Amino acid sequence: MSHIRSHVMVCSGTGCSSTNSAAVLTAFEREIKKHKLQDEVKVVKTGCLGLCNQGPNVMIFPEGACYAHVTEENVTEIVEEHLIKGRIVSRLLLKEDAGPAATSLTETQFYRHQLRIALRNCGVINPESIDEYLGVDGYTALERILTEKTDPQEIIDCIKKSGLRGRGGAGFSTGMKWQFTHDATSEDGVKYVCCNADEGDPGAFMDRSVLEGDPFSVIEAMTIAGYAVGASQGYIYVRAEYPIAVKRLELAIGQARKYGLLGKNILGTDFSFDLELRLGAGAFVCGEETALLISIEGKRGEPRPRPPFPASKGLLGKPTLLNNVETYANITWILNNGWEKFAAIGTEKSKGTKVFALGGKITNTGLVEIPMGTTLRTIIEDIGGGIPGGKKFKAAQTGGPSGGCIPAELIDTPIDYDSLTAIGSMMGSGGLIVMDEDNCMVDIAKFFLQFCVDESCGKCVPCRIGTKRLYDLLDKITKGQGTLEDLDTIEELCYHLKDSALCALGQSAPNPVLSTLRYFRDEYVAHVVEKRCPAGVCRDLLRFEIDPTKCKGCTLCARNCPVNAISGAIKAPHVIDHDKCIHCGLCQSNCRFDAITKA
Amino acid sequence: MKSIEELRAIREKMKQQMGLRNADDNDIRVVVGMATCGIAAGARPVMTAFLEEIEKRGLTNVSVSQTGCIGVCRLEPIVEVFVPGEEKVTYVKMDPSKVATVVEQHLVNRNVVADYTIGAAE
Repeated sequence: MSHIRSHVMVCSGTGCSSTNSAAVLTAFEREIKKHKLQDEVKVVKTGCLGLCNQGPNVMIFPEGACYAHVTEENVTEIVEEHLIKGRIVSRLLLKEDAGPAATSLTETQFYRHQLRIALRNCGVINPESIDEYLGVDGYTALERILTEKTDPQEIIDCIKKSGLRGRGGAGFSTGMKWQFTHDATSEDGVKYVCCNADEGDPGAFMDRSVLEGDPFSVIEAMTIAGYAVGASQGYIYVRAEYPIAVKRLELAIGQARKYGLLGKNILGTDFSFDLELRLGAGAFVCGEETALLISIEGKRGEPRPRPPFPASKGLLGKPTLLNNVETYANITWILNNGWEKFAAIGTEKSKGTKVFALGGKITNTGLVEIPMGTTLRTIIEDIGGGIPGGKKFKAAQTGGPSGGCIPAELIDTPIDYDSLTAIGSMMGSGGLIVMDEDNCMVDIAKFFLQFCVDESCGKCVPCRIGTKRLYDLLDKITKGQGTLEDLDTIEELCYHLKDSALCALGQSAPNPVLSTLRYFRDEYVAHVVEKRCPAGVCRDLLRFEIDPTKCKGCTLCARNCPVNAISGAIKAPHVIDHDKCIHCGLCQSNCRFDAITKA
Repeated sequence: MKSIEELRAIREKMKQQMGLRNADDNDIRVVVGMATCGIAAGARPVMTAFLEEIEKRGLTNVSVSQTGCIGVCRLEPIVEVFVPGEEKVTYVKMDPSKVATVVEQHLVNRNVVADYTIGAAE
């Protein structure tokens, strides 16, 4: 056997794949072979490190040096300098605005406030190798449970006491769910264990990263869940839009079967459990539990009223345990480290950590895992590196189309289930979109509502028609045709929708509207009364003006105007004809003298 | 189908291989000079010998890396050992036969092998 002295970890999650990490990986293999280092240096494909906007990321051990934005051309230099001569190429290292480039990832601002439990193996192991998962104590929990014949109730009690709550959005106690499914009975004794990997919120990619970086932890947790509730068959419902996650799950299931960790008589005991994948076709509503289970059955994905809850009557009418990907990713950690350790992290009612997908107007776009109770300020200013371009933080949106906006004055709110619900937002699955002063809150509300209109399955009237009517009212406001009565109608309609829609999609669709109305009412009023969009986003309310003192009469704006709305003689100030202007903004972006203003 | 014993064996083997991914500041670092002078003087077999010896003894708190020329080419192959909290030790004119001694005496038992150091050579 060769004696490996260095591991080159190349991120191959979706983020880094999109910046061609595959070519970087091949280049490393090629260069290493060229220098005959293949017996000393191992190239490892790995999952997401979280710094998606810095991709492709490459980490080299034992130094732990993290290179960012690695291109094929850089590879030759890194191999010749770092791997052959042992000199870290500091020029190519990950850099943060504050301070010098950190040679080790754990020293960065980005990582210092994080605590990785669900993502513990992401970026550490090769997700396509069950051996590497075993090397990080993988399958010790299952092995212990099966060899010691642990009482299922003991496992459920452990999960209950850990305080783990569902990471998919609603935050129901995971242990209670296991208990209900365990206690439920069916005539033939058949039960199912399912995994919700139908991550549909715009801007959310936590579950994808777990599946891409550490699929085995989910598979092991589902197997244990099968043992605990008494099921021998499981399904993972994953979006077809996640091709890398699907491929790695298939590989992982195949390897687990080969090792006898899935299938009949696992580890030679009388416990049998097998898994199958079901691909979702991209309907947002299939993330709702009843719709998801119906979709697994091969029928049209539409929700049904609850009760009965899936724990008593779920897939094919049998008791079914359904948890989200991130929830499962916590299970083996809890069983291996003890519920006390998990319960010691977080706040009184929200234990452990939560993964967030940071996006929008933030310097470090990417994936972060923080202890519950961390403030929004820490996430945005310290981990996220603040707002780029010196702009001011205006609001953060959590929970996608089901969540709400948190305004700047609540930036010190601790992030946990109950604090977020109290301020009109929700945890959701963990998308966190940051907005600055250039974002119009009415436009944001309209965007999320448009999403719900498109994704409403149409089964119940309040959602099918209510969301559409709400959208029409918001659209009217952004066009400057709204009235103050419309604002009251919007609020009333929101409450009706919340009360009467069949499933969570409709019930939570008004959240973005209600929360922006609550915290940014003056912005709505500006649209209605002054016919003005303070952020300068709503096109119909914009007015472009040329400052005659700055205009040099270069004619560039007039030549670029698609509707010939600008006139003026050469070297004389130009004017805009507001009747013809379509507010496209081309004149402003073309002006070299900064003479055109947007009001 | 693997037995529990086989799984445990894989787990132990992988754990050792993956140990070097813990970029721990408390690791002992063995740095081999591998510029042209070092390589010409036979640094590569020295480094390989270190890797083999460390693996044989199952040491997980030691990392081996390379470095360039430190200026005393006539004393190559040069190996520097950094034990956290202690002063760096520079071994000179190394060859594979000396490696086992350094690993056993210095890396395991924390006794500097004075005979091989730069002080003894001068």
